[in-house]
Amino acid sequence: MSSNKSGVLMSDEANKGLLSPLRRKLLMGMAAVPAISMLPRASFAQTPATSAVNTTGLAVTDTEVTVGILHSATGTMAISETGSIEAEKLAIEQINAAGGVLGRKIKFIQEDGASDWPTFAEKAKKLLVNDKVAAIMGCWTSASRKAVLPVVEQYNGMLYYPTFYEGLEQSKNVIYTGQEATQQILAGLDWIAKEKGAKSFFFIGSDYIWPRTSNKIARKHVENVLKGKVVGEEYYPLGNTQFNSVINKIKLTKPDVIFTDVVGGSNVAFYKQLKAAGIDLSKQALLTISVTEDEIDGIGGENIAGAYACMKYFQSLDNPNNKAFVPAFKKMWGEKTVIGDVTQAAYLGPWLWKLTVEKAGSFDVDKIAAASPGVEFKGAPEGYVRIHENHHLWSKTRVGRAKLDGQFELIYETADLVEPDPFPKGYQ
Amino acid sequence: MTDNRFFNRSELIGILVLAVFLVVVLPLTLDVFRLNLVAKYLTYAFVALGLVICWGYGGILSLGQGVFFGLGGYCMAMFLKLEASSVENTKIQSTPGIPDFMDWNQITSLPLLWQPFHSLTFTILAIILVPGIFALIIGTAMFKRRVGGTYFAIITQAVAAILTILIVGQQGYTGGINGMTDLRTLKGWDIRPDHAKIVLYFFEVGLLLACIMIAQFVRHSKLGRILVAMREKEDRVRFSGYSVANFKIFAFCIAAVFAAIGGAMFALNVGFMSPSFVGIVPSIEMVIYTAVGGRLSILGAVYGTLLVNFAKTSLSESFPELWLFGLGGLFITVVLAFPNGLAGIWGDYVQPRIDRLISSRKPKPEGWTDNSVADGAPAE
Repeated sequence: MSSNKSGVLMSDEANKGLLSPLRRKLLMGMAAVPAISMLPRASFAQTPATSAVNTTGLAVTDTEVTVGILHSATGTMAISETGSIEAEKLAIEQINAAGGVLGRKIKFIQEDGASDWPTFAEKAKKLLVNDKVAAIMGCWTSASRKAVLPVVEQYNGMLYYPTFYEGLEQSKNVIYTGQEATQQILAGLDWIAKEKGAKSFFFIGSDYIWPRTSNKIARKHVENVLKGKVVGEEYYPLGNTQFNSVINKIKLTKPDVIFTDVVGGSNVAFYKQLKAAGIDLSKQALLTISVTEDEIDGIGGENIAGAYACMKYFQSLDNPNNKAFVPAFKKMWGEKTVIGDVTQAAYLGPWLWKLTVEKAGSFDVDKIAAASPGVEFKGAPEGYVRIHENHHLWSKTRVGRAKLDGQFELIYETADLVEPDPFPKGYQ
Repeated sequence: MTDNRFFNRSELIGILVLAVFLVVVLPLTLDVFRLNLVAKYLTYAFVALGLVICWGYGGILSLGQGVFFGLGGYCMAMFLKLEASSVENTKIQSTPGIPDFMDWNQITSLPLLWQPFHSLTFTILAIILVPGIFALIIGTAMFKRRVGGTYFAIITQAVAAILTILIVGQQGYTGGINGMTDLRTLKGWDIRPDHAKIVLYFFEVGLLLACIMIAQFVRHSKLGRILVAMREKEDRVRFSGYSVANFKIFAFCIAAVFAAIGGAMFALNVGFMSPSFVGIVPSIEMVIYTAVGGRLSILGAVYGTLLVNFAKTSLSESFPELWLFGLGGLFITVVLAFPNGLAGIWGDYVQPRIDRLISSRKPKPEGWTDNSVADGAPAE
């Protein structure tokens, strides 16, 4: 037992020597791999034996562990999911540069979900059955997660899912690194009701499960807790670009707050038409839970400046973690890239997995699932996160105001971490 | 004997080769995961087969076969979803015993439309009859008014778009854009483990071969000849006293039923159904499978579907960011260079050589009809 412990320590030192600052770059790291394999086999005894940390036949060798990245690199969702892919690759590179996981480098296999839910299921199955990946970082839309969920449960995989979503779900085989609906919405509504004295709300959403569930929760909160009124609730098909009729209704009902969860490309049309109709967002309060820095890239800062967004992360956050994260991201993916809420949540996935594996001392999915609650990541760009017993994250809710340059200015954040509550009582 | 109502000798050989390929070669060479992928591809082959009759022979281009694939698939999925939503499985819901997506949408009792899908017999009938009758209605409305060609294609597209919007919009009843996921058992028999996938694969191959036989029968019957005649010169057939509309309706209905069988098998094999198979894009993709295989060739439809889907999977696995370009390139090459698809390549280049090889050894046997004349490339 004690010899094993000292072995771990030695391996850490060995890795540090290997990855001196000069060698930090990925390519250099890869160049060093052949050198490692030329060392006498005895040196591997210092990292825990593969047979001990992998009892279920996952793709773990003495030097490597394989994970899967499963997002849409093509199709309509590619514009949103590319940020997640980039964040996950950055996290994996950083983890490898810091010595890997249990002394093993992370190797990833990327698969394309192609914005098509059945393809997601097929590729998830391929990653788990053929490639035996130790974990999957992936999915974005609720529909893709719903398609993948039965697969990861059947083949006992581990999925790290980055998007804020509607809740009503909890699985041993999924860690939800984004916010569930109550975490995202309630604090934002409380803030705007207090700050703006808002009493009447108009809901506009895209027509699928996430906006509908989010608005249901928001409606209950407005009516039962804030004692306000919902003066309108409208849904449009995904990809819809004609919002003039709803904008007329907004003009007629004059709500204190427009509350929106319109997703994807529809946002571009919505905010442009809102502006063209003469609704000035510096006077008319608008709270969105679906626009991040990524979407503003398409909408244009001048069309949305003044709107409030309710998220857990903004690129402009002022904390030491984020000050290291943003430049590292831009260095890897280009100066022009922007980082939205989900991108940051995707970045948490590989890190949380690494920390959990090290806590469990094993790559086995059952042990990771059991060890996840209580795992905390102090280096999170959003500040600090911890995994709850229900496999969601404790995190803060923040409200930002969109600026002309496409960034958000932080206006408000909750004092404490908000508890995740995927099955909220009284909101169903 | 060899030149009966179903096939001539070269067709018989072709069908046997396909049967051996599907029943023996693939199961022996592929692992269960890949075999299940083939099963998924083959569900599209049913659609392609229907399109050969409807489009290749009848000349009716339908760009809305996804509608029928979807109707068949949803009927099957409704049955499976009900079985997966037992009170025991859904006890965390506010209303246990109904599908999870209904619970999310505040529906508190099972809608009337869903009730009959507790019965497997009803479901099987519905898989055949719902799309069949729907096709009959569309076909009657269109063909009796002599709407054809491009206009018909456009209308089928519209139907596909409407059905997608309907399914997405009525998410409390249909599962919306997420579709129906997490289908588990068929009459208590778990459809998810590997051995079930193998059983389903063979069952599906059997069904496909049966559908190929039906297609062969249609093609060799008088009906098939009228269809071809209609495609080439509709007015002449009409003036000869045939009711052109009825023949068209028949071809369209049979294509619809084939597509629905494919859809039902899809729900069983893949374990879910979603509106992404109903809309315009998948419908056009299905036409592409037929085009790649050769729209005049019944067997070509199967090979074309397999080839395109294999290419899709392997390209996307190797080049996650570029694969769509590769696939696009493949389509353009096939359509430009080989307008009759795989079957055209076979008929023009491969078969003549085999024929020559055989005929150089022995004299040409009787009843060895020249296929390319019988099938005839359409005069467009």
